[in-house]
Amino acid sequence: MKNRPLFLKILSGVLIFGAWEVAGQIPVSFAFPTFLDSMAALWVMTVDGTIFVAYAETLKPLVVGVLISAFLGIGIGVWIGLSRKFDWLVSPLFIVMQSAPLAALIPLLVMVYGIGLTSKVFVVCIMAMPVIVLNTGGAVRNTPASIVEMGNSFLGSRLQVIMKIIMPSASPIIFVGLRLGISAGFIGAILAELKITPTGVGDIITYSRSIADYPAMYAAIFSIILLAVLFLNVLERIETVLFKGINKGLVPD
Amino acid sequence: MHDKTQSPNAVEVRNVCKYYDQVEALRDMSLDIPRGGLTSMLGPSGCGKTTLLKIIAGLLPATSGEVFVNGEAVTGPGPERAFVFQDFALLPWASVMRNVAFGLELRGVAKSEREAIAEKCIADVGLNGFENSFPHQLSGGMRQRVGLARALSVDAELLLMDEPFSAVDEQTRRKFQEDLLNLVKSQNRTFLFVTHSIEEAVYVSDQIALLLPRPSRVSEIIQPSGFRDKDPDSIRRDSEYLDIVDDIWKSLRSYVE
Amino acid sequence: MKLFGYELPAASSLLLWGLLWEIVGQLELTFFVPALSEIFATLVEISTTKPFLKALKETGQAFALGTSSAILIGIPVGILMGINKLLDEMLLPWVNVFLSAPLTALVPVLMVLFGFGLKAIVITTALFAIWVIILNARAGVKQINPSLVEMANSFGANSWDAFSKIYFWAALPEILSGVRIGFIRAVKGVIIGQLLISIVGFGALFELYSAQFLMKHFWAVLLVLFAMAFTISEFLGMLERKVSYYAASR
Repeated sequence: MKNRPLFLKILSGVLIFGAWEVAGQIPVSFAFPTFLDSMAALWVMTVDGTIFVAYAETLKPLVVGVLISAFLGIGIGVWIGLSRKFDWLVSPLFIVMQSAPLAALIPLLVMVYGIGLTSKVFVVCIMAMPVIVLNTGGAVRNTPASIVEMGNSFLGSRLQVIMKIIMPSASPIIFVGLRLGISAGFIGAILAELKITPTGVGDIITYSRSIADYPAMYAAIFSIILLAVLFLNVLERIETVLFKGINKGLVPD
Repeated sequence: MHDKTQSPNAVEVRNVCKYYDQVEALRDMSLDIPRGGLTSMLGPSGCGKTTLLKIIAGLLPATSGEVFVNGEAVTGPGPERAFVFQDFALLPWASVMRNVAFGLELRGVAKSEREAIAEKCIADVGLNGFENSFPHQLSGGMRQRVGLARALSVDAELLLMDEPFSAVDEQTRRKFQEDLLNLVKSQNRTFLFVTHSIEEAVYVSDQIALLLPRPSRVSEIIQPSGFRDKDPDSIRRDSEYLDIVDDIWKSLRSYVE
Repeated sequence: MKLFGYELPAASSLLLWGLLWEIVGQLELTFFVPALSEIFATLVEISTTKPFLKALKETGQAFALGTSSAILIGIPVGILMGINKLLDEMLLPWVNVFLSAPLTALVPVLMVLFGFGLKAIVITTALFAIWVIILNARAGVKQINPSLVEMANSFGANSWDAFSKIYFWAALPEILSGVRIGFIRAVKGVIIGQLLISIVGFGALFELYSAQFLMKHFWAVLLVLFAMAFTISEFLGMLERKVSYYAASR
């Protein structure tokens, strides 16, 4: 049939949500509300605005953290890509940070910076920066030697080569790094809220759990996942549009 | 001290040696490239011809020895030399127009001026109509024409070409060789051309320098003369052409086996 | 980078940073950064104590159970998705959703459903790891060169032989890659699970030490965790390299 992929997606959605509904009806557990109950709670929260207020709160450390991580991260990454010395000095730190469970540092951050916005921003930063730095560094360092040489052969200055050749060449991968960084930062923001002080959406989750309002709790979690997925999909699409064909015309096929 | 007035040679290579770590790529290489026309450097893979070309272009430093272009010692790239890359080295995110004008862009030429020059060069290589296309939309042969147009646009006296036709298919390659012959005749520049194809070298060149492999040295200079003014199609059947090709193969054969 | 003409090995700058840490600690510049040597001393001290060993055991158990479930379920699912188009079209959107979703948000749900114990942590770990394992197993199967399939058929191989002698090995580099990334995610999962649930494993230790401001102990445990995560990741990377020699020429 013509629109098979879409049809199947909708079908699988129906199946999964249907299973959720059934599981909630049985019920699998007293703490497992039905799909419809959770959606109803979500609707209520949307209509009375609670959810928007909550997200505004949650997004504060996320946006600040991501902006800092992006600027610092890309800056450090470019430096790493251009300077072997700096690469030697700094890359191992970020490589370790990438495979390490940075979430374990949260209690430490709380100890140092208390339970305010600062420590939440820090959490977002430590989660987002490693992947941004390493992706940027790799992209800059791996600029095809051929086009850099071409720039030199036509008497481009170092700055020209960096701005007109290296940076555009690296941007697709830098963008991927940003996307992954935002993803990780999002996790950091939620974690910060669940662990440090409940504000925003984290608060809805913690509070509704404490008063056993499970539909509300599940609704909040559903909204987080939905939002994250939608946002990242949008980013991916932008990426495809922006960088269409860029990596194809570089070398002979 | 070298005389800076117009010497008969566009390029003079004097006792150039090049080491990559412990590997000797060029040993005591000396060569004169006459002004005007097309000189090719021919030799099997690994004989250092691309290395020498890049040293002349100023993209690689020689370990010892000197290179003079128009009587001046080479210390780096310069406006009198333009390079055509084997793998095209086009900016994939830029249109053909921008790619061709890129050399001028790097020199700070104003946009309208450089686009006008680029327009002419695009026409010279037969790519009119493709100004707004992107590299990934072009075939390999067309991409190389962009590279050539770019090199022409900066109006350099010396055009250095690094196996420019090796990455395209056979039919396109033949067409390119014919077009190159016409280009050399119509332009008042010196072309220095690196190739490993014997037929190609004999077909397009006014002078052929045969290079032998590691460490590289010049074994002989050949100047095909008889058929240079024939039309492109008849050259390949000319007996002098065929003889020279055969002779070169005999000389190089022992290095391949 | 070269020093006096000798090429310095890759991670050697970490020694420099370690030295810096030691100096900062010795100078007592901040309460929160004790000297590296003292942290190591504390580490040696506590590594034989009961609470530490208990935490290690609990974390190890959760990690082992979580990752094995993720592998045992994930690889077959991924392979099936690679083979069967219908299944693929139905499941792939969900796998992608959960791959990029902030799984941390799901932990409260798990806590509520499965209690505050080891079970919840095992499931958290498995959930963190499984999506990338599925995706990579699927990719591994999908990229099997059709010529290999034709070859298998032309030599009359039965299904089991074809799978075990050809397809499995053809897909193995991707599968291993998925497992490696899955393991890294699992480590994050097991930590996040413990941090949020915090009455088991290292999460409990962190709570204990931070409440009493035992910085050296805190850092000691942190370093153990980081070292474990790093070792696992490197070990898997090594395994992956052992198989990857044929990856590029399949």
